[in-house]
Amino acid sequence: MTRIKLATVWLGGCSGCHMSFLDLDEWLFELAQQVELVYSPFADVKTYPEGVDVALVEGAVANQDHLEMIRQVRDRSQFLISFGDCAVTGNVTAIRNVLGAAEPVLTRAYLEAADVRPQLPEADILPPLLEAVMPVHQVVPVDCYLPGCPPNAERIRAVLEPLLRGDRPALSGADFIRFG
Amino acid sequence: MSVHTLTIDQRLVSARQGETVLDAAKEAGISIPTLCYLDGISTVGACRLCLVEVEGQSKLLPACVTAAAEGMVVQTHTEHLQRYRRMIVELLLAEGNHICAVCVSNGHCELQDLAVDMGVDHVGLAYQFPDRQVDISHQRFGLDHNRCVLCTRCVRACDELEGVHTWDMAGRGRNSHVVSDLNQPWGEASSCTSCGKCVSACPTGALFDRGSTVGEMQRDRDRLSFIANARQERQVARGPHAPS
Repeated sequence: MTRIKLATVWLGGCSGCHMSFLDLDEWLFELAQQVELVYSPFADVKTYPEGVDVALVEGAVANQDHLEMIRQVRDRSQFLISFGDCAVTGNVTAIRNVLGAAEPVLTRAYLEAADVRPQLPEADILPPLLEAVMPVHQVVPVDCYLPGCPPNAERIRAVLEPLLRGDRPALSGADFIRFG
Repeated sequence: MSVHTLTIDQRLVSARQGETVLDAAKEAGISIPTLCYLDGISTVGACRLCLVEVEGQSKLLPACVTAAAEGMVVQTHTEHLQRYRRMIVELLLAEGNHICAVCVSNGHCELQDLAVDMGVDHVGLAYQFPDRQVDISHQRFGLDHNRCVLCTRCVRACDELEGVHTWDMAGRGRNSHVVSDLNQPWGEASSCTSCGKCVSACPTGALFDRGSTVGEMQRDRDRLSFIANARQERQVARGPHAPS
């Protein structure tokens, strides 16, 4: 049996969803036998590969790098899961949207709220902020939504288990789709 | 007292004179989702979540303000209605800034529960991210307009149960918001008795006890029902000087 190619992606989020993934504890051993982890913050892989079967995407789309990344992820993945509230709703990452654009956000954070040497970050390696933070499905089509901040291990397992069997996950009820 | 017999979801149900379709359904154990409805205060039919189909009516009717009538045939959970309800919840979530993860009512919120019940695992509409204010000028309570769904339960609880009417609505459309007294900060609203009934009435985290943090706001709705019931039954003034 060919193993499912699994990727996990970290966009504009706190990594809490990935921490929660690690809460799968001993089930991770079972998972590791059935999937090949081809891209993840947990693995040292530089480029997102072609032919990914399942991608868990944590975080909202907040900057130019995220935008390019999520398009690549969509192009190269069969089944894309919006992983956690930031990916699904924008959540805390999108709180800055009430300021209306990127520039007032930077001004607020780096000039107005600065204690010492207020200055805007300037370096070519820093990805420019998008004017507004977007949930993943506002940028690319999403196949499955896994809400929660973070979704607990039980929820993550409830999405992955059917996929391992070749079924499509269907979540419902407070234990599985409650935001927050 | 006359009694009507009507059919709700293919079940024969009886309702006393003056009861609504929502009352009759509740008594029969049929649950219709609500948000602006609160036991013990008047009904306004504002949120439209309790819309039902009534045979012979071309429009959908809000169950909370529709009188139960003899021979009425009501459907409460058709696919059509559930689709509308899901849309309403998505509209509410997109209209305000509802960030459950950092909300005082996380886990105890009627909007959050409704989203679960309607199967809302994501919002298909564009979030509006309105620029709204937070009023923490009151010594004991706070008001976060970001989380307000404009149900007016606070307005009615204050007016009808406390008899004060500190709260009211101002603005139109997307600019609608609740105001205290003559649009003053809550802490300066001299009519407010600080009774906290509005806070007990709030379905979301919009009204909260100051000092509460994520998930800590748990409201005692029974307290409001108890007060409303006691007033109706004139139990409050029971004693030597009570009106006979």
